[in-house]
This record gives sequence, structure tokens and C-alpha cells, in this order.
Amino acid sequence: MSQSSPEPAMPVSRPTPDTAEWFERIDREELTVPRCGTCGHHFLYPRMCCPRCGSREVALVPASGRGTIASFVLNNRPPPGFEGQTPYAIALVDLEEGPRMMAQVRGVDPAEVTVDLPVRAVFEPRGERRVVQFEVVGNGQEESS
Amino acid sequence: MSLRGAVAIVGAAESTELGKVPHMSALQLHVDAALNALADAGISPSEVDGVACAGESPVDVADYLGIVPEYLDGTNVGGSSYMLHVRHAMAAISAGLCETVLVTHGESGRSRVGMTTWRPAPQSAMAQLEMPYGPIGAPALFPIGVRRYMAEYGMTAEQLAMVPVVQRQWAAMNPRAKLRDPITVADVLASPVIADPVHLLHCCLVTDGGGALVLTSAERARSMDLAAPPVYVLGAGESSESSVVQGLESLTSSRAIRLGGERAFAQAGVGHGEVDHLMIYDAFAHVPLYGLEDLGFVGRGEAPAFVADGNTAPGGRLPLNTNGGGLAYTHTGMYGMFAIQESVRQVRGQAPAQVDGVDVSVCTGVGGMFMSSGTLVLGSEATL
Repeated sequence: MSQSSPEPAMPVSRPTPDTAEWFERIDREELTVPRCGTCGHHFLYPRMCCPRCGSREVALVPASGRGTIASFVLNNRPPPGFEGQTPYAIALVDLEEGPRMMAQVRGVDPAEVTVDLPVRAVFEPRGERRVVQFEVVGNGQEESS
Repeated sequence: MSLRGAVAIVGAAESTELGKVPHMSALQLHVDAALNALADAGISPSEVDGVACAGESPVDVADYLGIVPEYLDGTNVGGSSYMLHVRHAMAAISAGLCETVLVTHGESGRSRVGMTTWRPAPQSAMAQLEMPYGPIGAPALFPIGVRRYMAEYGMTAEQLAMVPVVQRQWAAMNPRAKLRDPITVADVLASPVIADPVHLLHCCLVTDGGGALVLTSAERARSMDLAAPPVYVLGAGESSESSVVQGLESLTSSRAIRLGGERAFAQAGVGHGEVDHLMIYDAFAHVPLYGLEDLGFVGRGEAPAFVADGNTAPGGRLPLNTNGGGLAYTHTGMYGMFAIQESVRQVRGQAPAQVDGVDVSVCTGVGGMFMSSGTLVLGSEATL
């Protein structure tokens, strides 16, 4: 995923104190998930306390990047910055660690995207930042990245 | 203290015009509907001591109408806000905080007069974690669980398309409905793809309009000279969950609808078999299907066939969204007020597509993309 120059109009996240470290690690091509040090719950979105037990003992732990597609739409109406890509798959991916996250499924014919498909995280350059996207596992691309 | 039936809706009206109303601001639509509802209740603004609304500030609505409030509720949880306003007013009136509450809605959803463009705040979880992936707002985000639902329960595209088909059947009987021409499953599936599996005809309208309610104690309602019989609030419930789609507990069910509905039914003390009429917020076609299951009217996975078999259609055993719903009647942005208006009309016996013998009507609102929900159980005098 390093073919084209970044499209400046595509939105990137503007991190807040809750999310700054999570996004900084993504910019270093490292996907993490917040984990509660008290009850062990993994969750997203990143925040200063555990949504299961309220503990402030929260730390980012490495995620494997592997997951499965929980659901998706094939978007045909692009907002600014996404023109020329339609239709594209916006998916909810269940990460191996438990939390669910949104991303696009890239590098596959959108018509071949299905529920429960195994995917893995890739890092798409967008200006100075990186955005987590997913590719279908075994889609002609080996575990190299 | 049981609040069941303690409070009544004594005034209910929509704005004078619906659809395209470019000559009125959102605030004016609140006020136009308020004046119509106050006239329906036969009272003047000076007799109101509580104001609730979303979108605009209750301060602005009270000031515009010259109301001196003792109770303000600015709860804004999207389209379900009005169900929550009614529930909160039910508690406030019963507790003696105020006597008569005016709930107002107004939105220039189509003409955008006096409105700002909807965009999630940059610091919100949605802006940070969902907007970078290119969803075109609600049409891509709200129905994103539908594929999961199809995979788990075998719902077909044809079954999903039956939701707008049936609602057009109701809309055809309602002169105020915007889209009144009959449509077929083939029409729905031939309409432009917005975010597959969602086609244009699975999506709600975008309109201008308003609506308002006047609530007071059941005791006071009985002493008023009302043009229409009071409609009693038998039960109410509310809940919320994740502020982002990816954080919802389930992709095939709404926890907020389920919990709000359970509370409303428990307070009302009515069984599902006693419900004569139902309104479920339909920003998109799948929402009433989720609602039918989460409110407990059918089992898991049964809603698509239930609708496709005509149970919610004219002549069916559970009339649903009888004004035509957000898909065919009107949808200003926060539709919940219009669901309540139709429930009130049905209980009063005044709906354009009137169902025979409606004593109990249930209406459910949804805010955001299943992020909040409120349910009301409304009843006639005979239910007390």
C-alpha cells in the first residue's frame, strides 16, 4: 500500500488527549488496542478509563492486526476526497483481541467482500499520517507487507 | 407512586406546512407547531410553565412565545429526543415541578433555513474513528449492520425492500404524505444504490416541518374543555449506547431500543397482544425490522417475513408506521416527534389512515445510528 501519492482532501483524524498515543503508534505502523489493567478488558475507542469497570489503569497493547469482517457496506456516494474509488467497502472488523473497528477493505474486488472474511491490517499513507485499512488474507499477497 | 396514566397529552399538532417550507426558519417551525398544539389544547402560552425541545434551545422557544417557564428540558439525543421529553415531563408533572409542558420540534431539514450543516465535531469519536473511511453520513453508517443481519438470519434483499413498499401503501391514504405513489420491490431494487445493500428508496425523505405536544396532569386534563379526548402516557422508557457504530453491542439488534422498550412496557403494564398500533422510527428500511424484534413483537430473525407477509400493512394485524413513516411521510432530521403525532392521532381516532379501535399505541424513537432510543406507550381513557 505505497503506490499513490496521498490525496490531500481525504480526512485524517485530529487526535485528542484520549487518542493521541493510539494514533501516534498507527503513524509508526503499529496497531494497538487499549487494555484495562484491572479487569483485562480490551476496548475501542481509546479513552482514559475502562468502559467495563471504570478503572483508570488503561494501557495500549499490541494488536495482531488480524480480524474478520463483521459487516460492511459498499459505498457509492463518496464524500469529498473519496471520488473515483466507488464502490468501496466500509467494513466493521472484529479484531482478534475483541474490539471492533471501522476501516475500508482494500485490494479486493468489492463484489468479493463477504461477512466473516479474514482480514489483516495495513497502513495507508495519508499525508504525514497513516490510516489503518484492511486487506483480505490470502488475496494473492503473502505475510510480507 | 405509579406514573402510569398520571399525565396526558392534551394538545398535539404539526406545523401548518410540511415538506418544503423555505419561508420559515427552524425556530419558526417550532413556534408554528407550538401555536397549533396550544390551539388544539385550547390554552394560551401563558398557561404553559414548562418547555422542552431539541435542536433549538428551550430558552429561545419560551422567550419567543412569552412563556415564563419553571421547567426546562433541552435533552438532545437526536431523533428520539421527543420520547425522552415526554418521559421527563411525565415525571416532572407528577412530582409537581410544573403543571403544563410544551414539547416542540422544528427543523428546516430540506431548505436549511436557520440551520447549520451536520458534521460530527472534530474531537468526537465518530470524526476521529469513522469519517476517515469515507462514509457518506447516515446512509452508509446506519445500515452497516444489515449485511450481518442478512448473513445471520437469511433476510433477502426482496424482504428488506418490502418495508418501503408497505409504507407507501399507508402513505397513499395520507394526503399530507410527501411520497404517495405505490412502489414495488422491483422499483426499490432498481433505485440508485447509495451504500449497497441500501438503495435510494430504503432511505428517508429530507423535509422541513415541525410538531408540538402539550402535556398536563391527567387530573387537569379532565377539567379542560378539549376538542379531542386526552391521550394518556401509560409507560415510557429510554436508553443509549455507543457514540460510534463500531462500539454498538450488536449489529443485528439495538440494545437502546430493547432496554427502553422493556421499561416502557413494564411501566404501562400492557402485553404485546394489547398493542393496537405501532410507530417505529424509520430513517432507513431496516430500523423498523430491528425495532419489531427489539421491542419483542416478533422473535429474532422473524421481522423481515412478518413485514413481507403483510402483517404491518393496511388490514394487517399490527399496523406499523401508518402515516407513511420517515420513508414516505416526512423526515425533517429528528423524526421522533412525527411518530408521536401519529400515535396520538390514532388513539384519538383522527388519523387519515385510521385503524379501527386503537386504544393502545406504542411509538419508538431512535437517535443517531442506534445510539439512543425512547419508547412511549400511549393509551385512551379506556385503558386506565
